[in-house]
Amino acid sequence: MAWANCENRYNDERVSSACGLFGFMDTTGKRHDGSRAILALQAMKERGNGLGAGFAVYGLYPDWAEYYAFHVMCRDEADRLEVEEYLRRYFRIAHAEPIPHTPVKGMGETPILWRYFVALEGAAEEAQAEEDIIVQHVMRINSQMDGAFVFSSGKDMGIFKGVGHPDQIAEFYRMDTYQGYLWTAHNRFPTNTPGWWGGAHPFGLLDWSVVHNGEISSYGINRRFLEMHGYLCTMRTDTEVVAYAADLIMRRHGLSPEWAAAVLASPLWNEIEAMPEPQRGIYRAIRQTYGPLLLNGPFTVIIARTGQMIGLGDRIRLRPLVAGIKGSMVYISSELSAIHLAEPAIEHTWTPLGGEAVVAHLGVAPEPPSVGCAVSEVAPEVRYA
Amino acid sequence: MALSLATSQFIIERDETRCIACQVCVRQCANDVHYYDEENDRVLSNDASCVGCHRCVTLCPTRALTVRRNPLEFRPNANWAAETLRNIYKQAETGGMLLTGMGCDQPYRIYWDHIVLNASQVTNPSIDPLREPMELRTYLGAKPERLALCGGAQRNPVLETVLAPQLQLEVPVMFSAMSYGSISFNACASLARAAQAAGTYYNTGEGGLHPALYEYGANTIAQVASGRFGVHLGYLNTAAALEIKIGQGAKPGIGGHLPGEKVSLDISRTRMIPEGADAISPAPHHDIYSIEDLRQLIYALKEATHYTKPVSVKVAAVHNIAPIVSGIVRAGADIVAIDGLRGGTGAAPTVVRNNVGIPIELALAAVDQRLREEGIRHRASIVVAGSIRSSADVVKAIALGADAVYIATAALVAMGCHLCQNCYTGKCNWGIATQDPYLTKRLNPEIGSRRLVNLLRAWSLEIKEMMGGMGVNAIESLRGNRDHLRGVGLNQVELDTLGIRAAGQ
Repeated sequence: MAWANCENRYNDERVSSACGLFGFMDTTGKRHDGSRAILALQAMKERGNGLGAGFAVYGLYPDWAEYYAFHVMCRDEADRLEVEEYLRRYFRIAHAEPIPHTPVKGMGETPILWRYFVALEGAAEEAQAEEDIIVQHVMRINSQMDGAFVFSSGKDMGIFKGVGHPDQIAEFYRMDTYQGYLWTAHNRFPTNTPGWWGGAHPFGLLDWSVVHNGEISSYGINRRFLEMHGYLCTMRTDTEVVAYAADLIMRRHGLSPEWAAAVLASPLWNEIEAMPEPQRGIYRAIRQTYGPLLLNGPFTVIIARTGQMIGLGDRIRLRPLVAGIKGSMVYISSELSAIHLAEPAIEHTWTPLGGEAVVAHLGVAPEPPSVGCAVSEVAPEVRYA
Repeated sequence: MALSLATSQFIIERDETRCIACQVCVRQCANDVHYYDEENDRVLSNDASCVGCHRCVTLCPTRALTVRRNPLEFRPNANWAAETLRNIYKQAETGGMLLTGMGCDQPYRIYWDHIVLNASQVTNPSIDPLREPMELRTYLGAKPERLALCGGAQRNPVLETVLAPQLQLEVPVMFSAMSYGSISFNACASLARAAQAAGTYYNTGEGGLHPALYEYGANTIAQVASGRFGVHLGYLNTAAALEIKIGQGAKPGIGGHLPGEKVSLDISRTRMIPEGADAISPAPHHDIYSIEDLRQLIYALKEATHYTKPVSVKVAAVHNIAPIVSGIVRAGADIVAIDGLRGGTGAAPTVVRNNVGIPIELALAAVDQRLREEGIRHRASIVVAGSIRSSADVVKAIALGADAVYIATAALVAMGCHLCQNCYTGKCNWGIATQDPYLTKRLNPEIGSRRLVNLLRAWSLEIKEMMGGMGVNAIESLRGNRDHLRGVGLNQVELDTLGIRAAGQ
């Protein structure tokens, strides 16, 4: 784990960061390039400090959609060969190649970046069992291999991230060459010495990706609860627990995004007591059962998976979150300005309540909330760019 | 009787310029320390009988009395402390086992005082509990591993998982087991009323439940101990939860003995034993000689109450506490109460109280970690006791992994107890640990319960303030969150056992 620790050279309990987030999804499944996301992050440059940026793209690899796309960063070629040997031992590698990139002025040393399209040898009994196996392998590589880190491991999606400003990272990875129906993007302001590409966001596991702005004060118990369920929190970033919590409650326990929001940013007890039955009993049961997964402290996250984008802020709105709709497009951002820049003709914008999830589903036409939504009939004048 | 070699522990100083010989002190002292000299119209004191309870000092209308410790008159000796000598004198005189009351008073390390809390600065805003919601509500009982939910949040939601019965606490502090018999009816009534007013629970102890207190059943945890005093179906069904008492922190491994002179008519009826008969609780339950026997009793109680009430099992913190609690959870307990080395008692052999068991902080940390490693932490709530002295102790206990705490000594202190440690004599001048009607009427349940409610309110405010500082607004985000704790002055083994880092790390 020595390499991963270079982000955390002082062995801090966790590395936190403040950040700018942006995400958009075309609910029809139509693929778009990432220019909107890059533009949006540039509008929120103040929210980062050049020490980390990244993108997650869904619908990215239609030609390899049946394979888990492992994006791997390695310290050197020997490490890469080691991880490749590991993958060969447990998986069938359908395709492998360096992740295309362009040297960018002003960026420091870059790791070796490869992608592997892999399938499990032999079919698992059911999809969930297969995904559990993938999770175990990713955790094993990331926690045990000294110089290798799997930072993206889903099907038909990919994460691209590193140390640099968002425009630098976009240029480095040639993000203009990729298309996807769902993009999330992140601009980072860590409160700690940088140095490690793996510490940038989005954070990924399987097809989950998380971009996160905040510091989770409940991290200690979130981590211990997830450890009880087999997740190794080795990265010491609080973002990690969001990804694992999402995996546990939505994939393994099968909760819908709305119920997941009730776990991660649950209503207050007095709000629950004011609900009608059966909601009251259910929300109470959720807090009783999943209380250790409540994310406390300031945060905004965009959690994405295949066909789904979820924006969520903490219960008392200590970090910003705005959402917007234009036709089939859903936007989630730290700042409204970024949405206006990315989509000058935005139709509806609103600020979700604390703990209220913004959920976009593939194939479901988005609807603005019935209250608290601003309608822009005329596109506001754009003064950026 | 031969001259006692045990010298008095306290010196009573009476300011003659202030004393008006009103004899309040004479009437207040059940130990007959003060007496009136009619001939000289003076009140005098025999300080050899003084236990240092400060009743006379507190009630003296002219503030004429001072009770001081008798300065150590023995030649200094690091090995033979004064108390050791006094104990030997007493035993040489009586040939008996020495008794004491309340919790261990020996200078074992108090880990609470070596743990400090975190607060937010810059990267994370602290939360102001005066402006923002701050939630202390706690549910005790077994939790499912996962929920099976169908439907959307608004449209036809269906919860398929059936949850085990839960206790709802508005503050994660309950009043620990103190039996009617060990304490007075008025003390029991104070606890019951306060539990109801504060939205928490009190525990009957092993002495049954007086009929006059049945109305507080919804805030009552009914104990079933080895003597099975006062246990009947009505008792079980009246309470909100049941607790099987296996052990007690002040006297792990031994039973209890309520002397016959304390078994009044009322107590005999409540305990279902003859008036004036000794109430002896055997050391073990005579139907529990192993873990599977415990399981049978747990399920017997659940059957008797139709699975509507959580069942707690209370044990003393001893060396192997982690696997013991693991076994208790697997035996079906919904709550495990763990009582530490410094837990109190109405009567215990001094040697046992002072030497048996382990500190609750270490026991709690070990148990919580073990249950997590075994993946069964959700199957039971953990309640810790012995001793929780302040809201800071509560916060630290919860951050170490407790779901809630029990307080008893602190509750008695709130009602007036001055920790003289003479509960076993039945002469409690504060009207708490006595059955003497002349003494028990000194504790008014109205006032007693109000003081208890005040204590819980004050602690709640302090807990909220500390949580807000840490940047959490729900107690479940503090529970087991050891990242918010740091150790000061602890060695690495202690830090590792507590599962916390040293301050500065």
